[in-house]
Amino acid sequence: METLVTILAGVLVTVATYLLLSKSLIRVIIGTAILTHAGHLLIMTLAKLKTGTVPIVGEGNPVDPLPQALILTSIVIGFAVTAVSLVLAYRTYQELGTDKLDKLRGDPDE
Amino acid sequence: MNNIIVMPMMLPVLIGIILFFLRPYIKAQRVLSLLTLLANIGISVYVLQQIQQNGIMRLDFGGWEPPFGILFVADSFSILLVLTASIVAAACLIYSFSSVEPSFEKNFYYSFVLFLIAGVNGSFLTGDIFNLYVCFEIMLLASYVLIAFGGRKGQLRESIKYVIINVVSSWIFLVAIAYLYGVIGTLNMAHISERIAEVGQTPTLTVISVVLLTVFGLKAGLFLYFWLPGSYSTPITPVAALFGALLTKVGIYAMFRVFTLMFYHEQQITHTLIGIMAALTLIGGSIGAVAYKDLRLVASYNVVIAVGFILVGLAVATPAAIEGSIYYLIHDIIIKALLFLLVGIMIAVSGQTKMDDISGLIKNHPLLGWLFFLTTLSLAGIPPLSGFIGKVLIGEGAVGAGAYVLLALAFISSIFVLYSLMRIFLTSFWGETIISQDEEVPVRKGWLVSTCILAVGTIALGLGAEPMAIYIQDAAETLLNPQIYIDAVLGSN
Repeated sequence: METLVTILAGVLVTVATYLLLSKSLIRVIIGTAILTHAGHLLIMTLAKLKTGTVPIVGEGNPVDPLPQALILTSIVIGFAVTAVSLVLAYRTYQELGTDKLDKLRGDPDE
Repeated sequence: MNNIIVMPMMLPVLIGIILFFLRPYIKAQRVLSLLTLLANIGISVYVLQQIQQNGIMRLDFGGWEPPFGILFVADSFSILLVLTASIVAAACLIYSFSSVEPSFEKNFYYSFVLFLIAGVNGSFLTGDIFNLYVCFEIMLLASYVLIAFGGRKGQLRESIKYVIINVVSSWIFLVAIAYLYGVIGTLNMAHISERIAEVGQTPTLTVISVVLLTVFGLKAGLFLYFWLPGSYSTPITPVAALFGALLTKVGIYAMFRVFTLMFYHEQQITHTLIGIMAALTLIGGSIGAVAYKDLRLVASYNVVIAVGFILVGLAVATPAAIEGSIYYLIHDIIIKALLFLLVGIMIAVSGQTKMDDISGLIKNHPLLGWLFFLTTLSLAGIPPLSGFIGKVLIGEGAVGAGAYVLLALAFISSIFVLYSLMRIFLTSFWGETIISQDEEVPVRKGWLVSTCILAVGTIALGLGAEPMAIYIQDAAETLLNPQIYIDAVLGSN
């Protein structure tokens, strides 16, 4: 199971890298969002995937609750960052009239 | 009792939220945000005294004893940085009062400055590596907003780059934490250190430490500084000063924490790598500082040089060098803010950004000119100003460890710093005054007040080296003996 999820994380990183290297700003931002999710899968995998019950004393075989807490925090942060970068991308599009990264370069003196 | 150490992070967050509701009342916003920072200064001075008497303080959130809960740890190193950051932020805030447009002030400018400070202070104080990541993100999210304030074309372009670079580097941080948790099974920094000491620093752990080095290198601008000059030269002046003074320093702080507390067993690998990166940073920064004529780019490359210089101290890791690094870190926070503010005033007064287009400023603005001269001397390390002691101690440490190449590069870079700033002084302040007095934008009082506060800071730090030495030696001792930190965190109350 760990191997499968690790491969899945790898696929997500590949997709994200492809998107990050593309020229469209929106694709780059989606790339960062996917990258973060690959990270979340990695956290879960590295803390070992196993079946068990809630981590309350006396409830049988509990699982480690910490990775979930980390992932939850990270999802919230990732959401906020994506929101901010989308707003920024929209403002850039309004101001500079393009969402292509190679055209954003523009005049170096301005 | 120990609850007070959460205040440097809590106060700015709370006041920042309150300011959202005071949107139309600019005066109230200004007063509240300045009071917050003054309170932070008071709190950190008090905590610093407490630490000298009672040792390292810690606060377990929710009563969860370490290593199970998140906690804040205040040792001399953290609190010294919190104190300096608060003083510098207060000066930048005073500068903002007379330079930031009312439209920005109504759009939550002060809230985001306070959130930035909260993130910075949180990063300094936390004792949990995942919490460090969270505080980094708080700081970065605020900085994403602040860097785009103004919305000029060039600014937006640099903001995009800055955001993407930081998102990717934060991701690498997250991955490094995941690996660390997978291998060590804990996130409490003291507990990590203890476990690494138990099992020995295996090659896997060394690889993880290098991943962390990459992250902090990106954040601090150690060797991976390619994004820095562009991003730091576009925001409005007080924001640029805050960035130049604080953001890279948080990365440096994290590097010191991680490589003195946790990964100190394989110094011939990690610290050699830090040394090589510091050397390349010094070379690259020096070339950049003399290559450009844009004032803000020169200032930004000076930030890069300072990062290399401070990390030379970590690379040699002798007691004198670590002490010197702490000293220089504090000095650099103050002096970089001063440099960025002065450069901002020069640009505001003359309306030009290239040094060749500005000439003879000293005739109409003698105080500005002498402040700039003072900054130059302090950055170059002329006694009795604050740059001197740090440079001497780092040099002493490098000689002690036999790292002569690093020593040579560090001191040659100081000459480049001196040259790059002297060049600005000679071309822009001396010479014929090309702008007549009535054409110029007058210098406002707030600009000079804030820069004078920082100038007094650099003189005081230089002259007050002796009384400061107690705190800095204590900070260095904790860094060099991880056991002190571990006992304070994992020992019972």
